[in-house]
Amino acid sequence: MSKPAKQDPAAPAFAIVQPGQPGQQPATPYGIAHRGGAHNPSVEALRAQFGAAILRHEVTWGDTTVYVERAKVGEICAWLKADPSQSYEYLVDVTAVEYRDHVRPIEVVWHLRSLKHRRFLRLKTELPKDGRTPLEVPSVWGVWKGADWLERECYDMFGITFAGHPDLRRILLWEQYKEGFPLRKDFPMRGRFSRAQQLTNALAADPEARYSMEEISIAEAYGDLPADVRQRLTGGEKVGE
Amino acid sequence: MAATKTIEVALSTTGMGPDGRPQRIPLGAEGLTSAPPGLEPEMQGEHMLINIGPQHPATHGVLRLVLELDGETVVRCIPHVGYLHCGFEKIGEYRQYNQIIPWTDREDYLNSMGNNVAYVLGAERLFGIEITERCKVLRVIAMELSRIISHLVWLGTTCIDIGAYTPFLWSFQERENVYKLLEGWTGARLTTSGTRVGGMIADVPDGWVEGLKGFLANFPKTLDQVDRMLTRNAIWVGRTVGLGVMTPQEALDYGLSGPMLRASGVAYDVRKDFPYLDYETYDFDVPVGTNGDVYDRFLVRQEELRQSVRILEQAVKRLPDGPVNVDDPRVILPPKHKATSEMESMIHHFKLVMEGPRPPVGEVYVPIESPKGEKGYYFVSDGTSKPVRWRIRPPSYVNLSAIPKMVEGHLLSDVIAINASIDIVMGEIDR
Repeated sequence: MSKPAKQDPAAPAFAIVQPGQPGQQPATPYGIAHRGGAHNPSVEALRAQFGAAILRHEVTWGDTTVYVERAKVGEICAWLKADPSQSYEYLVDVTAVEYRDHVRPIEVVWHLRSLKHRRFLRLKTELPKDGRTPLEVPSVWGVWKGADWLERECYDMFGITFAGHPDLRRILLWEQYKEGFPLRKDFPMRGRFSRAQQLTNALAADPEARYSMEEISIAEAYGDLPADVRQRLTGGEKVGE
Repeated sequence: MAATKTIEVALSTTGMGPDGRPQRIPLGAEGLTSAPPGLEPEMQGEHMLINIGPQHPATHGVLRLVLELDGETVVRCIPHVGYLHCGFEKIGEYRQYNQIIPWTDREDYLNSMGNNVAYVLGAERLFGIEITERCKVLRVIAMELSRIISHLVWLGTTCIDIGAYTPFLWSFQERENVYKLLEGWTGARLTTSGTRVGGMIADVPDGWVEGLKGFLANFPKTLDQVDRMLTRNAIWVGRTVGLGVMTPQEALDYGLSGPMLRASGVAYDVRKDFPYLDYETYDFDVPVGTNGDVYDRFLVRQEELRQSVRILEQAVKRLPDGPVNVDDPRVILPPKHKATSEMESMIHHFKLVMEGPRPPVGEVYVPIESPKGEKGYYFVSDGTSKPVRWRIRPPSYVNLSAIPKMVEGHLLSDVIAINASIDIVMGEIDR
């Protein structure tokens, strides 16, 4: 479990991964059109592979956006990563967009990048705000481990759950935060409470509630704690700060 | 009024000797099968939980790490972030495009000029603006200077974490020289806000380029000193080699970027692969590591400092004359003397200040190579003067998410070195 011993320090541990294809010379793009233009060749491949699950695509400022069916996101992402003609081995970002509109659906956005083909692809899926559809999409954690914190942040900020994520908790806000999801458009910029009310809440909060039971239990020390500490940790509502 | 409690503390000694001093149990005592009296036998073979941070100098900000230890070996690591969360992305939805620029200073505050440039590159694509030639070169200078600042701070603080103090002083001295240059240009050291959509806050002042040339002449000497001090230093090598190894496949899987990814042997640099600001016309190399450990990350960043100097030297040579800001009344304020004397200019001025420039409906994601990795701003516009969504793609947030993978199985003291090698800035992680 200690430092791995190296046989020859000069020998590389692995082969260098070179992005792009030989002979390619990427250049700074100029004169990009607002709409239209050449789209990413992955669109045809996606349509051939998934058919009706690929709803539509558009090209905005040179980037291709593909709208896909919600249930198929995990499958599509796994294929995009594994297929050698696509090889989107790099997950850039997972985020969501809510428009200033009561009807327009919330969009979950995946930014993918293929280093091998030097391509950039934006996947989107729409979650209607009708109150009946759950804000849930499949997690891509099984495809790219880097999705872990990005999906947690998206859940934290928008309340979108990622089915299949191993540990979907709040990340930037504290776990007991109950005021809602800050990047939703119905969340006021100053928060749910007035400054005075926030101060009152903070003063009334139980500081012991900040300790997470999960952290204490991993040491399996809970049974060894004094009775009064045990009672304090289990009793009472966890309201955070 | 709480009742006073008496706590009995058991000392980890066998008691007081005849000379009145605590008797210590000798290390490695022969024939010691059970714990000596006074020690806690139930502690043996059990895991211990320790908490590092959020207020700890070696966590480079307010990062909190909960570590489960077996002896001194990390079995499990749970990072906690969010102590600096300010809601930048939410605030950006209530600001005009030029008003967001000060927020970009404050996320990754070691790379503020680079963030300013990255932000306006995205905004300009959203507006459909082509900037002037002089502005391009000035922005390259700004980005490489902030890369030097960020890597120098990384170098200094990592040296302190590992126990070397002298390179910290050298690197912070050089950083001060860069800050003097930036202060002369933008008026601020850290919070530069140096760009505007369509140009820069100002052209560089007279004599500034000579100051930059002076810095470029002296800075490689400091790099040589640091190189001589650290690269073959037995302590430095012993504290960094073989730690936190990420193979290329793991690094890509975890979405690492920047020097972290390149130290793992993936030659991905946004400046080369998805160039912006004509980076493809500059002659520079992308250093790549071959072992993916902390030592390779050090070597990669050290070489990137030299490559930044190379880029800066070329940029200074090619810096063309001409205007800095585009001649586009949609985004650039008219000159003050015109705004106070001509009707059209006054209307432009009023509309730009009160309403703000309006981009067409659309969305754009433009990545740049920040010192921490791939940083990008994702804008969604609905045609109004404020973005519907302004998203920061934070490289150190994604890089930090791999820390459990990197530290597990290593010693507690190596956690500090590995954490330092990620080069995190909590302002960017928590935003």
